[in-house]
Amino acid sequence: MNFLGFGQSAEIDIQLDGADTRKTAEIRTVDDRKDKLLLYYDGEGVSGKVNITLKKAGQKLEHQGIKVEFIGQIELFYDRGNHHEFVSLVKDLARPGDLTENTTFSFDFAQVEKPYESYTGNNVKLRYFVRVVISRRMSDIVREQDIIVHSLSTYPDVNNSIKMEVGIEDCLHIEFEYNKSKYHLKDTIVGKIYFLLVRIKIKHMELAIIKREMSGSTPSLFQDSETIAKFEIMDGAPVRGESIPIRLFLAGYDLTPTMKDINKKFSVRYFLNLVLVDEEERRYFKQQEIILWRKGEKLRKGQQAQMTNAMQQYTATSVVRVDPVDDVSDGEDS
Amino acid sequence: MTESSSEATKRLNVKRQTLDDAYAAPANFLEIDVINPITHGVAKKRYTDYEVRMRTNLPVFKQKESSVRRRYSDFEWLRNELERDSKIVVPNLPGKALKKQMPFRQDDGIFEEEFVEDRRKGLEVFVNKIAGHPLAQNEKCLHMFLQDVTIDKNYVPGKIRNT
Repeated sequence: MNFLGFGQSAEIDIQLDGADTRKTAEIRTVDDRKDKLLLYYDGEGVSGKVNITLKKAGQKLEHQGIKVEFIGQIELFYDRGNHHEFVSLVKDLARPGDLTENTTFSFDFAQVEKPYESYTGNNVKLRYFVRVVISRRMSDIVREQDIIVHSLSTYPDVNNSIKMEVGIEDCLHIEFEYNKSKYHLKDTIVGKIYFLLVRIKIKHMELAIIKREMSGSTPSLFQDSETIAKFEIMDGAPVRGESIPIRLFLAGYDLTPTMKDINKKFSVRYFLNLVLVDEEERRYFKQQEIILWRKGEKLRKGQQAQMTNAMQQYTATSVVRVDPVDDVSDGEDS
Repeated sequence: MTESSSEATKRLNVKRQTLDDAYAAPANFLEIDVINPITHGVAKKRYTDYEVRMRTNLPVFKQKESSVRRRYSDFEWLRNELERDSKIVVPNLPGKALKKQMPFRQDDGIFEEEFVEDRRKGLEVFVNKIAGHPLAQNEKCLHMFLQDVTIDKNYVPGKIRNT
């Protein structure tokens, strides 16, 4: 199978509608680079054109049918070849026959459900793409075009602060507090560490953001922990009664929203890890989960119309989403 | 929108630290020195011991100042007790130097000044690492090692109870 669409006989090119006006987003690739792709939301239609160019002019292309698909799938790296499709739409473009000249087909998948956000991780990948297949007796010519999907949420109704007293009996007691338990991706973590009892010799204290990706199920359960950010919030030895402030800006880091049990295949969770290090390099730590969510951004006028249009069309269908798209009109000048 | 965002990023309320707490003596004072190596005895029946002097204000230690004499085998005993009873990864002792105890050596073997000094330094690092570990501070063997004049090898191993 030739995935680049370069057969010996024909070349497939997929052009998505609105490529000049639609917003793009970046997603990490497998080799740690960044791919820039068009951004879609749940409920929006995916439409475009498929151009098929014949390599050898004058020679016709015999085929067993041409179809275009919209696929949303989860790929588990340890289980290659076994992809789990959770969205699969097909449209036939041409019945079996011959192509004698360069042809352009249009396609329109209206109101496509995109329940999960695109994600590229260390052991798992969730992607959405348009795939065109020219079926032939010997080998199909295939071309795929990826898109990025973001899931938006609104400000949570309940967002309590995290406040806890932890420590080692008679040696170290601290009270830590983070202003919220749910943060959006451009939020700021504001908090403090209050020392109630200090009987060990502390050298410094640091705060780290840890991403834990859990994929697969028994027997092959994969847990991958990655430290996204780490920085020192205190240098030196504190005494009882001291308060150390915390201010951590999330916008500077490559974060995704918290994903719980996506299609029962994987989860991505984030933790704040508070670490105190003493003079003998002993580490005392406390890990606390935080929920990250994606806030809808303020859109330009044209895009806002596009979004609200998509939402209106979508809510007309029977499926109800748990987290509605953020209402970006907040009373200020639009 | 701006008012709510400044509310969201305002510093949290902190209790003011009392001046007593700020300027009080630190509650984590623990100093242990391994000093004054003295070699006792003559010829084949010699041994070296060291003064283990501790000064602390940690409440877990009954005596705030103590000074005892300990030899290398006492340190080995302490290490074995902690390996067995406590959950910590016990640091290593300086070498046992069995080769230096073989007969027919040019120098004085384990009673050489340089060797004794190296061993003294290693023992000091060892005992400081252990005594500063919160999980080792609860062990009776450590307290007996640091503060009792003689080590009772027939003691009942256990943890110190908080008074």
